[in-house]
Amino acid sequence: MARLIDLSLAEAKDCLDKRDFTATELVEAHIDAAVAARPLNTIVTETTELALSNAAISDARWSRGEARLLEGIPLVVKDLFCTKNVRTTACSKILGEFTPTYESTVTEKLWGCGAVMLGKTNMDEFAMGSSNETSHFGPAVNPWRRQNDLSQLVPGGSSGGSGAAVAGRFAIASIGTDTGGSIRQPAAFTGVVGLKPTYGRCSRWGIIAFASSLDQAGPMTRTVRDNAIMLGAMAGYDPKDATSTNLGVPNFEAAITGDVRGIRIGIPEEYRVEQMPREIESLWEKGQDWLRQAGAEIININLPHTKYALPTYYIVAPAEASSNLARYDGVRYGIRVDGADLDDMYRFTRAAGFGDEVRRRVLIGTYVLSAGYYDAYYLQAQKLRRLIADDFQKVYERVDAILTPSTPYPAFSLGAKLDDPLSMYLNDVFTVPANLAGLPGISVPAGLSEEGLPLGLQVLGPSFGEEIVYRVAGVIEEAAGSQNQPEEWWL
Amino acid sequence: MSVDKSTVERIADLARIKVEEDELEDIASELNDILVWVEQLNEVDTSSILPMSSVNETEMQWRSDQLVSGTNRESVISNSDYIIEGFFTVPKVVE
Repeated sequence: MARLIDLSLAEAKDCLDKRDFTATELVEAHIDAAVAARPLNTIVTETTELALSNAAISDARWSRGEARLLEGIPLVVKDLFCTKNVRTTACSKILGEFTPTYESTVTEKLWGCGAVMLGKTNMDEFAMGSSNETSHFGPAVNPWRRQNDLSQLVPGGSSGGSGAAVAGRFAIASIGTDTGGSIRQPAAFTGVVGLKPTYGRCSRWGIIAFASSLDQAGPMTRTVRDNAIMLGAMAGYDPKDATSTNLGVPNFEAAITGDVRGIRIGIPEEYRVEQMPREIESLWEKGQDWLRQAGAEIININLPHTKYALPTYYIVAPAEASSNLARYDGVRYGIRVDGADLDDMYRFTRAAGFGDEVRRRVLIGTYVLSAGYYDAYYLQAQKLRRLIADDFQKVYERVDAILTPSTPYPAFSLGAKLDDPLSMYLNDVFTVPANLAGLPGISVPAGLSEEGLPLGLQVLGPSFGEEIVYRVAGVIEEAAGSQNQPEEWWL
Repeated sequence: MSVDKSTVERIADLARIKVEEDELEDIASELNDILVWVEQLNEVDTSSILPMSSVNETEMQWRSDQLVSGTNRESVISNSDYIIEGFFTVPKVVE
């Protein structure tokens, strides 16, 4: 039998149902693997005792025949979700030992389904980054390495710890958040399946806010089916989140039919970027071949304002962040650095508490919103945002889903892109448009690079079209064949 | 629109983040790089376009005007080390 940690969520549930092993055994196996994987620095707060006591509760439920959707399944949670009585840091120094006295809606739903939390995962500070290198707790390390090369690689970001934990097999699934690609890009870099749902599909209540019009929670798993199961548990209207949409939750798992005959797949011309590496281009072509062979129709489309998506994002997101991060002032929680007066306290606390990237974005955001510049930057960006969203709306009259690469290149070495913020921002070129337009998008592992690193393909859907996204993703996953695993070099 | 040291000082002031004198130059240069890059948005004629602030243009939901929480002072103050008699305290505001 496979090791307990190699099982998918769906397989583990089956085994628990047949009493092949207990939830406690399943959770213990993952705790052991997580401890052995400490060199990857993916978990910033371990919740071992909590996990074991919840596993015992799950076992009792299984024996009474009262197992819920995720009963006993070990998960890890990005440290951006407020978890009651468990320290939550957003991987920033500024929150200190802040311990929420309430639970985020999404995590509450997961525990309500019987899932078990092993710990909070590492991430870029306040979700600002694409490599998990801006974390106050140091970088997380990708379980994957290049063939014949000992260099440590980034797991992507900002949900780097979440992706690495699932790829490294010490959590069956994890949850992350995606504001500009922060689930899909690390999913591609770590070879796992990561979905950003439609904006409004999952509640943002209790998630530490970065950019309120862009943030969305989503699952990261090793299979498309597992991902659909997780989304079913996480999604739903929340009256506490004014931006959550009052729509029912469809059966996402049932959407993975394997049948894409007649589905029209759009291939956007503008995603063919300058100097796109040959292997990314050929992966994209292979994806189109797979879908064509499965009966889908491949259609070339145009999304004319694509090139403006990244600069639009780098005005809108920092602007919203400058507003959301104004609350970190040392008054009610987190660290406080004293000053001669209140104003000094604010300035010193925030200077000491925020890392460089966060400071950079708060300053940009403050500038573009300031008097005299608001129209030139923020207002213009909001107008571009409408044009970008309209591009998609028009295109969805002719296609059902869109296929693109997830990232312009595979995982890079730690430290490789720290000198140039702009070069780091380019990581998100394929993912950012979906956040601006509020559309669902998934990254599916589709192959390996020449150096043996995972590469992902992205499927984008129409608004609230997660079902079509899962349907297409399932076919890609099937065609790509069984996925390689990273060699467990950290043991 | 370029950003110089005094602009960085002004922005840092608005953002209430203390920036050291010797950091101003580097920050100005980084911010300028970003601002030059986002300048390309002005290539697009948006004179007839309405700004988009929300992707789901839904109506704000009203809740009933009933007390549902607010009696949990302990929980609200539990994350501060600077509590005096149940109040948050801060350095005095000097005029």
